[in-house]
Amino acid sequence: MSLFIQSIVNGLNQGAIYALIALGYTMVYGIIRMINFAHGDFIMVGAYTLFYTIPLMISAGMPAWLAVIIAIVICSVIGVMVEVIAYRPVRRSGSMSALITALAMSVFLENLAMVLFGANPKSVPAIFNLPAVEILGAKLQLKYLLTLGIGILIMVGLQLFVKFTKLGKAMRAVPQDKQAATLVGIKVNKIITTTFAIGSGLAAVAALMYCSTYPRCTTDMGSMMGLKAFIAAVLGGIGVIPGAMIGGLIVGLVEIFVKVYIAPGWYEAITYSILIIVLLIKPSGILGKNVGEKV
Amino acid sequence: MLELKDVNVSYGAIHAIHDASLTVQDGEIVSLIGANGAGKTTILHTITGLKEATSGSIRYNDLDLRATDASKLISYGIAHVPEGRHIFPGMTVLENLEMGAYSQGKNTELLEKNKALVFERFPRLKERYRQLAGTLSGGEQQMLAMGRALMGNPKILLLDEPSMGLSPLLVKEIFSIIKYCHEMGITILLVEQNAKMALGIADRAYVLETGNITISGDAKELLADERVKKAYLGQ
Repeated sequence: MSLFIQSIVNGLNQGAIYALIALGYTMVYGIIRMINFAHGDFIMVGAYTLFYTIPLMISAGMPAWLAVIIAIVICSVIGVMVEVIAYRPVRRSGSMSALITALAMSVFLENLAMVLFGANPKSVPAIFNLPAVEILGAKLQLKYLLTLGIGILIMVGLQLFVKFTKLGKAMRAVPQDKQAATLVGIKVNKIITTTFAIGSGLAAVAALMYCSTYPRCTTDMGSMMGLKAFIAAVLGGIGVIPGAMIGGLIVGLVEIFVKVYIAPGWYEAITYSILIIVLLIKPSGILGKNVGEKV
Repeated sequence: MLELKDVNVSYGAIHAIHDASLTVQDGEIVSLIGANGAGKTTILHTITGLKEATSGSIRYNDLDLRATDASKLISYGIAHVPEGRHIFPGMTVLENLEMGAYSQGKNTELLEKNKALVFERFPRLKERYRQLAGTLSGGEQQMLAMGRALMGNPKILLLDEPSMGLSPLLVKEIFSIIKYCHEMGITILLVEQNAKMALGIADRAYVLETGNITISGDAKELLADERVKKAYLGQ
């Protein structure tokens, strides 16, 4: 029983990391129908920012969590720069150009990081020094619960933001009909930039969760995480915000449960199998809609 | 006053609009009629900046529309209801209307007033305000598109084929809505294939043939014009 509870918490924690990254993929895809393959690398940017800023904060006598705010800001700025400098110029030249640009951006960010930070893994200092607690016989790390709480809070907040605020509604309107959005006065480019800023900021939160769980960062950490999160986004229905959350949590839970109860070496194979099965049954993903509109 | 002077528009090598000039005075209903592919929609798109003109001038009062971003037009009082409705299918009717007031800032009082006005004129939309717009019928979608445009407090409405694909009864309804908008003081530029209805409602009209404005004048006179009768009224 205690192992089960522990696995649930670990799975949700892992899943929330994937979900936060998947949100970035799905929001960008939703608005410009493009898979931003450099998105995974924003987590790497976030993790390295944490690596450098946490000691800085501590030595300056300020609370360590301020480093997270800095990481969010830096990730958002880099996300916006990538969009404006690399993606916007090729937006009208077809999806293949955009795809290749995104892959190139990913390679560029990883290699730039290697030049700047070196190829050796870095060990990220802990932000939250919290004890472990026992609940129903399960030994749980309080910091996991805290980061999990932050992750869930942010996802709920995002959902409310998109549903109820004016900017959020504009973010939903643009992908549905760019022409109509322009005619009601929405600046489409501004909304796209905002989407990149929010998506990249979420990657920084994912970096926080990741580093609290596995306190190290490498320059290629983003590609693997990104791939899993991309699978989560497709599983949940790409372009659908709640889909990314559900997809992320499913991938995370499956991973941990396979590791604990079946065989540690099999978790990726089983995750991919689930993706294949879901796509065979429902190609648009769990919450994806087969768009059928009246004309 | 909306004024186009010697406007030329091209799609790549295809010269779609040749030296088109037209004016719409404040308070008028002006119709632009013509066959499929004549360039009616292109002219509207060029006015709102969805398509760039290659030469010529487009002015609304003192505003140079060629130099104005398409997303700014609604805040100057120019609303464009595009062909094929272009509602937001995945948003509710109410959200669609709210998007129409996107450029209006935080004036909640005005928003509520406009919403009440639209719901009063379009009771069907009120009944279905929580329904996703993509699930509405064609006529309801057209009403929603017009209601959404009205939410932006327009001074001039550019309507592109509002009657397309609708039953005769609904076409009548749509034209009565156009009259209603006009009575509210909104200037109208109406693009239509349904020449009879469009000339019936208009003060003046222009006939567009393969990118050239060939005939223009008083709408009643055009209704009696032999060339128009033959080509567009089937008489």
